[in-house]
Formats: sequence, structure tokens, C-alpha cells
Amino acid sequence: MNNTSAIELRNVTRQFLSPDGKALTALRDFSMTVARGEFAAVVGPTGCGKSTTLNLVTGLFKPSAGEVRVMGEPVNGIDRRIGFVFQTDALFPWRNVIDNVVAGPIFRGMAKAHAYAEARDWLARVGLSKFEKLHPHQLSGGMRKRAALAQTFINKPEILLMDEPFSALDVQTRAVMHTELLKLWSENRASVVFVTHDLEEAIALADKVYVLTAGPATVKSVYDIKLPRPRNVADIRYDKNFIDISKQIWNDLKSEVQEAQARQTRAA
Amino acid sequence: MTSISPTFDATSAEALEAKAKAANTGYWRKVYFWRISLLVLFLGSWELAARTEVIDPFRYAMPSTIWARLVEWITEGTSEGPLWYHLWVTMEESLLGFFSGSIIGVIAGIALGRNKMAADIFALYIQLINSIPRVVLAPIFTVIFGLGLMSKVALSFVMVFFVVFANAFQGVREADKAMIANARILGASESQLTRSVIIPSALSWIFASLHVSFGFAIIGAIVGEFVGARYGIGLLISIAKGSFDAAGMFAAILIVMVVALIAEYLMTYIEGRFASWKPPVSQDVA
Repeated sequence: MNNTSAIELRNVTRQFLSPDGKALTALRDFSMTVARGEFAAVVGPTGCGKSTTLNLVTGLFKPSAGEVRVMGEPVNGIDRRIGFVFQTDALFPWRNVIDNVVAGPIFRGMAKAHAYAEARDWLARVGLSKFEKLHPHQLSGGMRKRAALAQTFINKPEILLMDEPFSALDVQTRAVMHTELLKLWSENRASVVFVTHDLEEAIALADKVYVLTAGPATVKSVYDIKLPRPRNVADIRYDKNFIDISKQIWNDLKSEVQEAQARQTRAA
Repeated sequence: MTSISPTFDATSAEALEAKAKAANTGYWRKVYFWRISLLVLFLGSWELAARTEVIDPFRYAMPSTIWARLVEWITEGTSEGPLWYHLWVTMEESLLGFFSGSIIGVIAGIALGRNKMAADIFALYIQLINSIPRVVLAPIFTVIFGLGLMSKVALSFVMVFFVVFANAFQGVREADKAMIANARILGASESQLTRSVIIPSALSWIFASLHVSFGFAIIGAIVGEFVGARYGIGLLISIAKGSFDAAGMFAAILIVMVVALIAEYLMTYIEGRFASWKPPVSQDVA
């Protein structure tokens, strides 16, 4: 049973209706598999449908054709084993940091005292212990992301979905967050799908990089990243292997980015 | 590498803060000075114009007679009995209308905001009823509910309900999509989602409507009293009108004004306690 893959999308097509009632295709004949404990990254041009892949796994979207399986079973509603880190701030602004972090366990029926004890533990791990009584607007962007990570990791997700989680951060903070994420991930090795448009970020973090075509997205190519772990994300971008791989993938991605840009200009 | 030595000593943080504080005090002193001056100027010219009969003192009254009437009402009571009783009746009607209207408005707004089909079904009727100018309902309510408390509470209720309902509904609709998805994935059930995400995020919309709607509740009560009542500030105004007592009308208006202002401050205070998580606005130090 344990050799089934954590996530499997088989020939999935996803269509949706635009606000004016036109059918649009976000994903076309899309297939990907993520093994248990594997860190997969999805890169593609802006607006190609990358985030749709994540929403299919959560069950918030249903595939128009094809099949989505999580832990070997078809997706039926929101799976409790899933954690999701959003691009935008999805913390609850009216709750302080610790009340945000306990949200998951309390929604799931954990006793309050127990939930708060766990939340303190997670806040310590992301370095926010001193800030548990502050509200999100009082924190920096990086601290808000740490709180969001604690909020997600406290549920001990076996599957972790991340939708451009660090794209709003400045470059230095982002590098720190990459290290932080890999540290947290290595502790219980969830299966990860990390969506990004930043190729270097994808290579630095992932075991496998999926390159998507300009929308409607389908898989253009898949690369295994054989850089050794644990990785030092801050320095890895100067590693020779890293540079070789990123040149290779960029050659592949470049034409899709140009295609997406050309379409945007035509549409405008 | 050359190091840059800190040569600036133009303004220390303390000096800047002290300067800003002094400027701030000076600014507010000026604001208060002009506020009071304008009031004195307005009341003074009113009094003067009425005394010199530039305006008709019989129809426009003057600040001194209004004040005298107010003192008389407070110390000796009105021709219709003690002032406090009338004020209490109007307040009772307003408060009952306000609370029933806002509670039911919030519940209906959230319920319809969470259920698209029900919202689409009711939308037409809500729009129809909402297009009626509320005060024309006063005579109907008087006929249905009689001259007592109920007809004014009903009018207050409809004045408040639609404002609060519309805001609660909108607030629910504006709840952040990512935040809702986040709560769902974290494990929130539908009722947990409503309680911990939808209602808190609609709260600032709801409070905005409560601010204006207490004023509306008072309007409802007073208009109801104009149309037919045995007690209330509206009745006092109506009687003053009947006996061409301009000072009495202005005195009653003054009382309503004070009550509405107190309510407004109270509401701001309560809102401040609920919205303590909101970022404060930082000052520009110029």
C-alpha cells in the first residue's frame, strides 16, 4: 500500500467559465506523480494554470476530464492530510499570531490546552515565540510567512501544497525562508508540490521540476534535480551543477515565457 | 573600503518628537479656538438678529428663549408631563427598533450572504420593499399597531433593518477568498467557517452600518410620534408646532441632537474595542 504515490494527476483537463460565460481551459491533458516524501516544483509562465494543479489536489476544483488521486484514492472533498500555503496573506487579521496557529487543531476538535501547547512549540520552531500576542499587521512580511508556515505545519500535513508562497517577499527574506522551509520539511518529509515562476527557487528546493507550457498548461518536460541534501540554499545558486541545470531548464522554459508574453501583448 | 563617519547631528529623535508634540498641541489649540469662535459667532448673530427684529423672533426664536424653554422643561416639566418621561419613551422606541432591526438585519444578511440561491430568490422583494421611502409606512403602522409603542418600534425597525442587512450581506460577500480556502483546508466545518471567518470579516461592514442606523432608529421613533402618539419628543415637537412655539421646537431638536451624539460616541467606543487588531494610522512628521 505504501508504494502508491502521494499525488497522482492522470490526463487531467480542467475547464472553467470566465465571468462573461466563456469556457476557458486552464489545464490540458496534464499528468504528474509525486512520490511519498518527494519535493516537486512546478514552474511555468505567469497565468498558465500552475495554481489550478494545486486546487485540483485540494478538491476545491474538480477535473473536467481525467483523474486526481491522493494517497491512492480519488479526491473527494478536502483531505485532512493536506496543508496549503497561500501566495497572499491568508492569516486571519483579527486573530493574534498564536490564535492563528491554533486555528487548524481547534477546527479539527483538539482540546484547547493541548492545541495551545502545540502552537507554542511550532512558534518556537519558526522563531516567533516572542511575537505570539501580536496581530498580523504588526509583523513583517517574512514573519507573517513564518506564522503561515506554523499554521500549516501544526496540522502535520502528509501532503504540502504551496502556491508561490514567497513571491511577495524581498530576495534576502526569501532566501532565509527557503532554508527555514527545508528545515521544517526534513523533519517529517511531507510530499510537496511547490508552484512558482522562479526557476532558481524551484531548483534549489525540489527533487523534481515540472516545466509547464504556456496556457492551457500541460507538462512540457520533467527534470530530476540530483543536488545532494541537506542543501544550503543561500550558496547553492553558485554551485556548478546548479548553474548547469538551471541553464538547461531555462532553455526549455524560455520559449514558453516568450509565447505567454506574446499572447498578452496581442490580447492588450 | 572607506568608512563613513556619522557626521549628522541635526535633529536627535527626542528633539524631533518634542517638536512634533509641540506642533500638534499648537495645531489643536487653533482648531478648538476656531470651533468655539464659530459657535459663538453663529449663536451671537442669531440672538442679535432676532432681538433687533432683522429676523422674526416669533418664527425663528432665539438662543436665549430656546435655552429658557429647555431650563423650564427640565426644572418644571412640559405641558404634557415631565420631560424625562418623553425622552425615555422616545429612547425606548429607538432602542427597541435599533436592536431588533440590527440583530435581525445581521442574521438575515449573513444567512442570505452564505446562500446564493436564497439571495437570488429574495433579492427582488428586498429591492421592492427597500424602494419604499420608509416614512410613508408611519401612517400604516399607526393603523396596524395603534398609537402606542409598537407602531414606533416597527418604523424604527424598518429604518434600521435594511441598512444593516445590506451591509452584513455585502460584508459576507467581500470576505477574502484565500482566507476562506485557508480555513477550509485547515479543517473548518461550514459553521466554524461562518463563526471564525465570515462574521469577523463582515464585522467592520456591520459596524459601519450600526453607526448610521442608530440615527435612523431615532428618526423612525420621532416620525412615528409626529403621526400619532401620546408621549415622546416627536409629540413635543408636534405640540410646539401646533402652538407656534418655535423655541419649543428648537429645544426638542437640541435634546435629540445631544442624544444622537452620545450614541455616536458610544458606538465608536464599542467599535474600537472590537477592532483592536486594525493597524493604527501613523503620523507624518513634517
